[in-house]
Amino acid sequence: MPSITKPVAVHPSLKRNELGLTVRDYEGSMSTLCAGCGHDSITAALVRAIWELSLPPHMIAKLSGIGCSSKTPAYFVSGAHGFNSAHGRMAPIATGANAANRELTYIGISGDGDSLSIGLGHMCHAIRRNLRILYVIENNGVYGLTKGQFSASADLGSRSKRKEANRMAPIDPVSLGLSLGATFIARGFSGDKEQLVPILKAAMTHRGFALVDVISPCVTFNDHEGSTKSYLHVRQQARAATETDFVAPATEILATIGKNGAVNVTMHDGSTVSFKGVPPDYDPTDREKVFSFMQERYGKGEIVTGLLYIDETVPDLHEMSDTPDTALIKVPYEKLCPGSSALEKLQEDFR
Amino acid sequence: MRTGVSISSPTETRVNDFAVKLANVNGTGSASANGLLMQAIFRMGIPVSGKNLFPSNIQGLPTWYEIRVNKDGYTARALDYDLMVAMNGQTYDRDVSEVREGGYLLYDSTWPLDPKLHRDDITFLGVPLAQMCNEQFRDPRERVLMKNIAYAGALIAALDIDMDIVEQLLDEKFSAKKALRESNRKALRLGLDYAKEHFDPLPFRLEKMDANRDKILIDGNTATALGCVYAGATVAAWYPITPSTSVMDAFKEFCEEFRRDPETGKNNYLILQAEDELAAIGMVIGASWAGARAFTSTAGPGISLMNELLGLAYYAEIPVVVIDVQRVGPSTGMPTRTQQGDLLECAYASHGDTKHILLFPANPHECFEFAPKAFDLAERFQTPVFMLTDLDIGMNDWVIPRLTWDESYKPDRGRVLGAEELKQITQFLRYTNEDENNVAPRTLPGVDPKAAYFVRGSGHAKSGAYTEIPDEYREVIDRLARKQRAAAAFVPPSLVVKKPGAQFGIITLGGCDAAVREAVDVLAASGVNADFLRVRGFPFDAIAEAFLEEHDLLYVVEQNRDAQLRSLLTLETSVPKEKLRSVLVYGGFPLSARRVIESIASQMGETLAVHH
Repeated sequence: MPSITKPVAVHPSLKRNELGLTVRDYEGSMSTLCAGCGHDSITAALVRAIWELSLPPHMIAKLSGIGCSSKTPAYFVSGAHGFNSAHGRMAPIATGANAANRELTYIGISGDGDSLSIGLGHMCHAIRRNLRILYVIENNGVYGLTKGQFSASADLGSRSKRKEANRMAPIDPVSLGLSLGATFIARGFSGDKEQLVPILKAAMTHRGFALVDVISPCVTFNDHEGSTKSYLHVRQQARAATETDFVAPATEILATIGKNGAVNVTMHDGSTVSFKGVPPDYDPTDREKVFSFMQERYGKGEIVTGLLYIDETVPDLHEMSDTPDTALIKVPYEKLCPGSSALEKLQEDFR
Repeated sequence: MRTGVSISSPTETRVNDFAVKLANVNGTGSASANGLLMQAIFRMGIPVSGKNLFPSNIQGLPTWYEIRVNKDGYTARALDYDLMVAMNGQTYDRDVSEVREGGYLLYDSTWPLDPKLHRDDITFLGVPLAQMCNEQFRDPRERVLMKNIAYAGALIAALDIDMDIVEQLLDEKFSAKKALRESNRKALRLGLDYAKEHFDPLPFRLEKMDANRDKILIDGNTATALGCVYAGATVAAWYPITPSTSVMDAFKEFCEEFRRDPETGKNNYLILQAEDELAAIGMVIGASWAGARAFTSTAGPGISLMNELLGLAYYAEIPVVVIDVQRVGPSTGMPTRTQQGDLLECAYASHGDTKHILLFPANPHECFEFAPKAFDLAERFQTPVFMLTDLDIGMNDWVIPRLTWDESYKPDRGRVLGAEELKQITQFLRYTNEDENNVAPRTLPGVDPKAAYFVRGSGHAKSGAYTEIPDEYREVIDRLARKQRAAAAFVPPSLVVKKPGAQFGIITLGGCDAAVREAVDVLAASGVNADFLRVRGFPFDAIAEAFLEEHDLLYVVEQNRDAQLRSLLTLETSVPKEKLRSVLVYGGFPLSARRVIESIASQMGETLAVHH
């Protein structure tokens, strides 16, 4: 993962967030991905979302596995702590880190190979634990670094660059997340930053596992005719099921919110996710309805996007484990060691 | 079978020096009867050991329990059984054959014995256990359970176990279950009265001693878990696997007792039952990276799965503590049997050039003592540290000196830059500024904006940045080798016992300790003197190096087929291979002195007439 130093020049007119930082302060090193790679657009959306949330960079832990997607944590928030781990193993490492220090904002960047093949089990179990993390799958249906093999998200009949048709059914992270009980599920398209930024902001505020599947075309190995993950195909087939806004706690909620029977979901920190537009009978808090809606649209060949499902009521890993509100690493050793007299007393049980 | 080697003569009346083997059917409740006997003997102040030889099964397969008492403190597994309690028809033929000449066999005389399996040289003691229990108890399950308590009663009479102590133990055990207490008392009486009435005194018996005043009875897994609590571990991740499961069971229990915050009522720990061992080690790496003391407990198959990420922890320099309770491999092997087969796997775990720090406790006392040491070393050297115990140490009850805790202990968190130290420097570069042990300071997330860096398992220069440049890569990987070597001065030192005029040296490790020490003494009594060394850590320390240097002939005693300790010694020290001979015992049961003596004797090419 070569990193190229980027010249940092900040124009005085650049807007500053609550921490007085500009969007440039949330950038990383220069991307080494192919020009036009969808992943770079996701990186840009992430930078924007994190800047808008005014997160202190050093309070962010950005983790990844291996693959093109997993290189991207180097390309955003240089001031954050990064962990480029092993293929498919980002979720366990994030789980352990989160267990030790719940005060950080966890951002996991993964790909379809990383999350839907080699690390599928780990992702499923991170969902079950309701690990508090923004979990992005940069989904392009193909293995890029090894030059063009189908991934587990490749659609049935989708053609490879060598014109070969995929014969196996795909693993759809959204349906999977719905069936596993994921508490925040969204799908975006790397080509639609306007939609993605509020989703990412809501995801980072969600108390639990926020699964964000982003269709992110691979310009080198999967952007040809016959591919269902090409820019053209996704642009033609993408249908936004929901339009969302993320409203920070201090801001007044706009009057337009709640129209068309839309839903406002209050996040645990007091912020609001508002669904500005949803289809009739669509309820982003009703798992069964969302599931059948998704199945129906998938049958029609549509790629449904938007913040699709949210449940803020489920306890996360720490709440389930009844740990302190602050990081476990802050508990002083004196509190952790029972001491010599307790040991003496305890040993009466071993006589 | 017999070799002329005997621990003591079978013809004399012996006090506090004999072995009993109990043959049972798994899942019938025999464990509580056997545990009761063991604990009662312990409370009589007599040196004792109990070895549970159990199957990988919940119900129905053969299981054995061996109790050895020895006034001189030799409590390794004995192979000469003075008394066999034969409660399992499936294994009766084998069990009869294992009784020593002149020994005894206690059986359930409700049914006749197979006359074909009769032996003239042993005494058969029949107790109508099933018949008595069927008469006294109505519930079918209770009839089965109480048969065990009834034979315990017969043994109490036959061996002179102090009945007051037994009563006391039952009171403690069943303080909340009056009815069960009563059933136990009744069943115990059945066996006891029958034995008193029908049996002559045996030529071996128990007599109170005072050897256990400062001792406890504990298994290694419990002691390990306690050590982890005292070390200040807050995050534990694991996947259930025999024989290490009870490490985490005990850790959970101790945490529930000691780690619920008195002020907030919150849990100052988090135990993650992972989806597999790959995840378990990943969680430990994540938690350690974030600044917690974190560990996993597993067995050989788990280590196999963890290999990939162990390399990441090694290369990215993240502290990790792995408790490996070894069992018989390869593959599934024999999950409920003991071995020391993971030595090489752990020493070099993962692909590429990797080399780790290992600790080898020999008993529960060292499990407790080494656990905090494992965390200290992992953090000081920012690397995985393996504590290798085994099923014998981990799951059997051992009599060990009382555990003590040094209140002045402070966790060695190694080189971690805090906010203040970060203020002093202009830029933090992860793998620079190494100390005399070749360790560079690290930082923790969330402390200071200056501390941020990018952890990677990919090639990196000492700045922490990605590299594919040979010199930059080598600079880091060479330092890691030096760092691992530097740990030799920090692992628990090797233990040496020298004998004047020693003809050779014996080297061993871990759970072989008791049997090898006994073998050394038995050999010495026969005029064969040997020096003894037990390595307690890897990389090998200077004491081990000197011992290898000093002796022209060395026997390496270990419990695996491939002489893994011998291999490691030849690979990692300058000892010429020819100096090292192997004593290998790896069938899955705990080591006995006899096996060691037999092997050395045959390799010496002499018939050793060894007597104690």
